[in-house]
Amino acid sequence: MTAPRLSWWVPVIAALVLLCLPSVLSPYAQGLVAKIMVYAVFALSLELLVGTTGLVSLGHAAFLGIGAYVTVLAAPESGGNALIWLMPLAMLAAAVYAVAVGLLSLRTQGVYFIMVTLAFAQMAYFVFHDTKLAGGSDGLYLYVRPVLGLGSITLLDPAEGRQLYVLVWAVLVATYALLALLTRSRFGHALAGIRVNEQRMRAAGYRTQHYKLAAFVIAGALAGLAGCLLAVKDGVVNPELLSWHESGAVLLMLILGGLGHLRGAVIGAVAFTLLKEFFASEGLVGPLAAHWQLSLGVSIIVLVAALPRGLMGLRSLWRPRG
Amino acid sequence: MADAPALQATTLTRRFGGLTAVNAVSLSLHVGEVHAVIGTNGAGKSTLVNLLSGELATDEGHVTLGAHDVTHWPQPKRARAGIGRSYQRSTLFGEFSVLENCRLSAQSALQRPWHVWQSASRCDQSLAVAQEVLATTGLADVASRIAGTLSHGQKRQLEVAMCLATRPQVLLLDEPLAGMGAEETERMLALLQSLKPTHAVLLIEHDMDAVFRVADRITVMVDGQVIASDVPGRIRTHPEVLRAYLGEAFA
Amino acid sequence: MDFATFLVQCLNAVQYGLLLFLLASGLTLIFGIMGVINLAHGSFYMLGAYMAFGLAPFFGGNFIGMLLVGVLLAAAFGYLLEWLFFSYLYQREHLQQVLMTYALILVFEELRSLLAGNDVHGVQAPAWLAGSIALGELMSYPVYRLFASAACIVIALGLYALVNHTRLGMMVRAGASNRDMVRGLGINIKLLYRGVFAAGVALAALAGMIAAPMSSVYPGMGGSVLIICFVVVVIGGIGSITGALIASLLVGFVDTFGKVFFAEYSGVGVYLLMAVVLVWRPQGLMKRSY
Repeated sequence: MTAPRLSWWVPVIAALVLLCLPSVLSPYAQGLVAKIMVYAVFALSLELLVGTTGLVSLGHAAFLGIGAYVTVLAAPESGGNALIWLMPLAMLAAAVYAVAVGLLSLRTQGVYFIMVTLAFAQMAYFVFHDTKLAGGSDGLYLYVRPVLGLGSITLLDPAEGRQLYVLVWAVLVATYALLALLTRSRFGHALAGIRVNEQRMRAAGYRTQHYKLAAFVIAGALAGLAGCLLAVKDGVVNPELLSWHESGAVLLMLILGGLGHLRGAVIGAVAFTLLKEFFASEGLVGPLAAHWQLSLGVSIIVLVAALPRGLMGLRSLWRPRG
Repeated sequence: MADAPALQATTLTRRFGGLTAVNAVSLSLHVGEVHAVIGTNGAGKSTLVNLLSGELATDEGHVTLGAHDVTHWPQPKRARAGIGRSYQRSTLFGEFSVLENCRLSAQSALQRPWHVWQSASRCDQSLAVAQEVLATTGLADVASRIAGTLSHGQKRQLEVAMCLATRPQVLLLDEPLAGMGAEETERMLALLQSLKPTHAVLLIEHDMDAVFRVADRITVMVDGQVIASDVPGRIRTHPEVLRAYLGEAFA
Repeated sequence: MDFATFLVQCLNAVQYGLLLFLLASGLTLIFGIMGVINLAHGSFYMLGAYMAFGLAPFFGGNFIGMLLVGVLLAAAFGYLLEWLFFSYLYQREHLQQVLMTYALILVFEELRSLLAGNDVHGVQAPAWLAGSIALGELMSYPVYRLFASAACIVIALGLYALVNHTRLGMMVRAGASNRDMVRGLGINIKLLYRGVFAAGVALAALAGMIAAPMSSVYPGMGGSVLIICFVVVVIGGIGSITGALIASLLVGFVDTFGKVFFAEYSGVGVYLLMAVVLVWRPQGLMKRSY
C-alpha cells in the first residue's frame, strides 16, 4: 500500500538461512532458535489482529494455551502418526473459542475491548488452573510425542531435535506466506481500512463486524497452531501458557519489532526472547539474573518510549524518507 | 419530478436525553434533483443526515429507500443498497494514497472477499472505478499522493469522490463546500450539476449563494423542525424563514 | 441453605464487593478522566497490603491511625508516580499505555521481591476488631469483616459527597465526560490529573490495607484482583462511580455465591456475568449509548 516494501527476496533468504542454521548451532542454541520460531508464529498471528486490523487484544495467550492443551489431551497415548490431524484440531479448538470470545468482545471498542479480551483469557486460564479437567495447576505431560507422517511414512519426528526444528521452521514459513498473501489481498486491505478509519469503511458498505470477527478467528487459529507446536516441543503444558503475562509478552514482541509489518512480528519475537535470555543468564549479567523481571521491565519502558515504531523504525532513523 | 422518490423520510424524530434534535422531519429525495437543507447552527441538520445514512437510530419515523423500508437497516447495509454520504469533517484514509482511498471504497461492491490469492492493488474492477471517480472529481493528477498531504479543498473533493466510488443512487453531502475557495467552489458546483441527472442529492450547506444556484428544492430547519420546504424562489421570501434568519423585524 | 448461612454469605458478598469498589472507583476515575489504561493498578493494592504488613508493628492497636498514614503515603507515592511517569502516557496510544504499565508491574513485582521477599505474610487484625459476634444461635461473623464493610461504606459515601456535591467533584465529573472541554475552561489540568491519580492510588492502597488481615499478603496478589477490577469497570461503565458500585456488588454476589454452589468452576462466574452484560448493554450498565 504505502510503506515502501523491501523486495520479497529478503524473507526468502532469511528462511533459507534459518533452515541451514542447525548445522552450525549447538543443540542448546538449536532449541532456542526453535523456541523463537514458535513464538514468531504466535506473534505473527497477533500481528494480523493488532497491526493490520488495529484491534488490541490482551488475551491472545488463551488461544495459544487452548491449542497446546488440546494437543496434549487429544494425542494418542502411544504417540503414532497423529500430528497430521492434531495440528488442525488445535487450530479448530482455538478457532471455536475465538468465535465465542470474538462475538462478545467485538461488541466493544478501544479500552473496553482490551479489558474484555483480557478477562476472557483469564476465564480460560481459570478453567485450566482451578478445575480437574486438565491437570489443574500442575499441567499435563505429553509423554510420547506424536510424529508427522502420511500413512505409514514418518516425515518428521519431533522427538529428535533437528526434525523438530524443521517442523517448526516449516510452520513458520507457511504462516508467514499465508499472512503475506492475506495482507495484500482485498480482505487484508479491508482490514487495514478498518484500522485507519472504520467509520468510512461502514459508510462505504463494508460489514466491518464480519471482517473483524474473521480476523479475530484467523488470529486465534494460528495462535492455536503455535500452541500445538509448543506442546510438541516441550512435552508439557501448564495453565501459565494462558496467563496475562504471556498475552502481555506477545504484544511486547509486536511493538518491539514494529507494528504493521510481518517482519516486525518475527524481529520482535527474536528480540524479546533474546532479551529475556540475556537478563536471566547469570553468565552475562551476574547477580542481576535473579531479578530479570526488573531489568526486563525497565528496558521495555525505555524501548517503548524511545522507539515508538519498534526496531523496524530504526531504518527510518538512518534513511529519513523524503 | 413527480416520479417515486429515491429516498423518503417520514416524521423522523431523534432525542438525546431531554433534547429533541430532530423533530418529526419529513422529506423526499428524487433522482434529477438537488434538495438542499439549510438552517442555523444546531438546527439538527447533521443529525438528520446521520438518521438517513443509518449511523443513528431513529426514535420515531421511517426511512424508505426505493421500495425498501430501511429504518432498521445498519449503515453498511444502506450503503450497499445505494446511499452514499460525505462527511462534514473529512473522513478519509489519511495513510493511504488518493487512488487507494477510492479503490478501497469501490471494493466494497465486489463479491467474494475470500479470494485471497488476488492482490488487491491489481484488482482491475475496483481500480477502474477508482480512476473513473478521480477523473470525475478532477483529482486524477494527485492519484498517487498520500491523502493526508492534500490541501483542504482537495480533501473535500476526495470526500465526494469516495462517496461516488460505491456507485450510490442517493448522495448525502454534508457541507462539501466547507472551507473552499472560489475556484474550488465553482468546480464542486459544476460537479453537482453533472451528477444531478443520475442521482438524488441531499445537500447540507451554509453557503447561501451556492445553495440558491444549484438547489431545486430547499428545506429550512430550525431547532430540529422543518419550518419551510419549497422551491428556492418561494423560500427567499418565506416569512418564517426570514424570521428565523433575520429576526422578528423582517417577518 | 439455612438463613444464617445465607446471611453470612450475603455479608461476605457485600464485603468483597465494597472492597472491589474501592479499587474499581480509582481505576474508573483514572481512565475516565485521564484516558489512561493502567495495568499497574493491582500493584497499588499490593502496595497497600505490604504497607499494612510493614507498618503494623509500629502502630500496635491503632489501626485507624495506620490506615491514615498508609493513605497519605500512598497518595504521596501516587503524586510522584504521576509526575514522573504517568503524565507522559496521556498522549500515547492505548497499546503503548498497556505495555508501559505492564512493564511497570514487572518493575514493582521485582522491587517488592527485593524489599519484602517472596514469602506469604499475615497481618493481624487489631485486638479491638478481632473476634466474632454471634448471628443467631449457630453462626458467628468476624467483627473485622464488618469493620471492613463499614469502612468501605464510609469511604464510598465520602466519595459520593465529594464527587457530587463539591466544586472539585464537579471538575472531576466534567473531566470524566469531556476531557478537552475541561482543559478549555482554564482549570489547572495538570494539578487535577495529579490529584485524581494520587486519589486513585490511595484508594487502591487503602483497599489493600483493609484486605490484608483477611486475605494475607503474597506475591502476585495484584494480578488477580486487577482483572476482576477490569471486569467491574466494563460492567459498570468507564468513568461512572455509581456504575462501579453496582458492578462491584454484583460481582461480589456472583463470586461469593458462585463459590458456594459451583465450587471449582466458580472462578468462571464473574466472566459469564460480564458476557451477559456485553450481550445486553456493551457500553456498561451506567453509560448511556448514543
